[in-house]
Amino acid sequence: MKVSGPAIKFGSNIDTDVILPGKYLVLTSPTDLAKHALEGLDPSFPQKASKGIVLIAGRNFGCGSSREQAPLALKHAGVKCVVAESFARIFFRNAINISLPVIECRDILAAVNSGDEVVIDFNSGVVRNKSSGKSLSGVKLPSLIQEILADGGLIENLQRRLKKK
Amino acid sequence: MNITEKILAKASGKNKVIAGEIVDANVDVIMVHDLTGPLAIEAFNRIGVSRVWDNKKIVIILDHQVPAESVKAAELHKMLRVFAKEQNTHFYDVGRGGICHQVMPEKGHVLPGTVILGADSHTCTYGAFGAFATGIGSTEAAAVFATGRTWLKVPETMRIVVSGKFKKFTAPKDLILSIIGRIGVDGATYKAVEFAGSTVREMSVSGRMTLCNMAVEMGAKNAVVEPDKATEKFLQGRTGKPYDCFNSDADAKYEKTTELNISGLGPSVACPSSVDNIKPASELSSVSVDQAFIGSCTNGRIEDLWAAAEILRGKTVKEGVRALVIPASQEVYKQAVREGLLEIFTGAGAIVCGSACGPCLGGHIGLLAPGETCVSTSNRNFIGRMGSTKASVYLASPATVAASAITGHITDPNDLGA
Repeated sequence: MKVSGPAIKFGSNIDTDVILPGKYLVLTSPTDLAKHALEGLDPSFPQKASKGIVLIAGRNFGCGSSREQAPLALKHAGVKCVVAESFARIFFRNAINISLPVIECRDILAAVNSGDEVVIDFNSGVVRNKSSGKSLSGVKLPSLIQEILADGGLIENLQRRLKKK
Repeated sequence: MNITEKILAKASGKNKVIAGEIVDANVDVIMVHDLTGPLAIEAFNRIGVSRVWDNKKIVIILDHQVPAESVKAAELHKMLRVFAKEQNTHFYDVGRGGICHQVMPEKGHVLPGTVILGADSHTCTYGAFGAFATGIGSTEAAAVFATGRTWLKVPETMRIVVSGKFKKFTAPKDLILSIIGRIGVDGATYKAVEFAGSTVREMSVSGRMTLCNMAVEMGAKNAVVEPDKATEKFLQGRTGKPYDCFNSDADAKYEKTTELNISGLGPSVACPSSVDNIKPASELSSVSVDQAFIGSCTNGRIEDLWAAAEILRGKTVKEGVRALVIPASQEVYKQAVREGLLEIFTGAGAIVCGSACGPCLGGHIGLLAPGETCVSTSNRNFIGRMGSTKASVYLASPATVAASAITGHITDPNDLGA
């Protein structure tokens, strides 16, 4: 699986309260959630992301609450993939489970600027900045997790596994 | 093996597990609440099974938007009520429970040696009882509803050994804030944190819950305390089920062991907008406050209310400051009524709200306007956490929050004077 798009860059410790503020947790439709994606840091983010982007971040992306509405809002706002130096574990699991591709990649913050075209190859774990020509090695996802992403999320993966039985 | 490894070995039917290994674990209990449950039910309905794997192992608690603050929230509550009835799961409605992390142990759903998953990040609180407990999202909760299993990576364990006695007006909240200040907000990411040492052994169950509750604020997967007589005493009358109390072996492996002595620790505060931005309360007297909040799954228990009441008794909340007190559960609320604590709080000019999460997550009740400041006993001070993105949140112990409510600025309770 390969994902590509222009980068939008944020810093470290981007928490789920700024990704999707608590007051919107009563919303259930992904399109409604998407309108408030990253509202805590940049209310114009959904507009900027609408054509499809790769979100680049520093350490501990998605820390805080377990709200799955955070990755859902990002995904439906147009985020095709999140590349971060590290992730908070619940966000990481949630993103995989709703099929938002995520990959850990050290030193990504220094290697990409907002607007650069980035390509992520999930089979090899390589993250390439097409604009600068530089490549970095991300942490390749285990096959179990790649399968969930390829199936379109945990529920779809479970449906397939239950059918097999 | 250490406690976390022993629990995960048992849950996955193995004699031994090692850190880094991925196990397929049986889940003993799964909990969802009103903000994570609806998405879980939607996902469950897509799986294609009609019944949950075990109705007696599923707990649904209304606590975030309680009582329903909007028609939308009322609809979500209704959806959960209907699902709980259809599937015959445990269900704690408005007025019957309180904050999920308080209700779960009170009602006997948390037992030592068990694996508990919760669709809430502060699920790690239950490690205070020697359980393996961690937060997950809604979709994963749905998968557990259907299968009763999940994959878990056995975490590396960081051991924190604490010795020394708490000084006056210094509490487990000050200890966990100072630990997060040292370790950093991502210093324990993916790890288990085992709290040990004489201070933890002498600590009440309530204090241990405060420690474990905030482990997620340094990125931890779970936190754990060895169960002992205090644990057993708490569980008496709350469960009839047998349980396993695991201890860490003398040769158990740890990624790191940190020893701390708290004899020099004083009231501490996490300043905006990061939980590891810790300063002594005594250095923050220039910070004036608009709201003081005592409550949440971190510090809404009876001991926390005692600490606040000791300071507020016979005093008045400063003009211009709103003080909110929210007992963590109906059980705590009832005890506070019986003991006359509500009279002390209302007498001081504080408002006492019904048991729920309240302003902690900025859902409803007690939100902040732009430019306002809240000193709070809750667990997160992120931008926009309690309302406006232009508001500031400072985290502290119940005693520090109560003292600050009286003076109108952040105050070390030791500086209150007679």
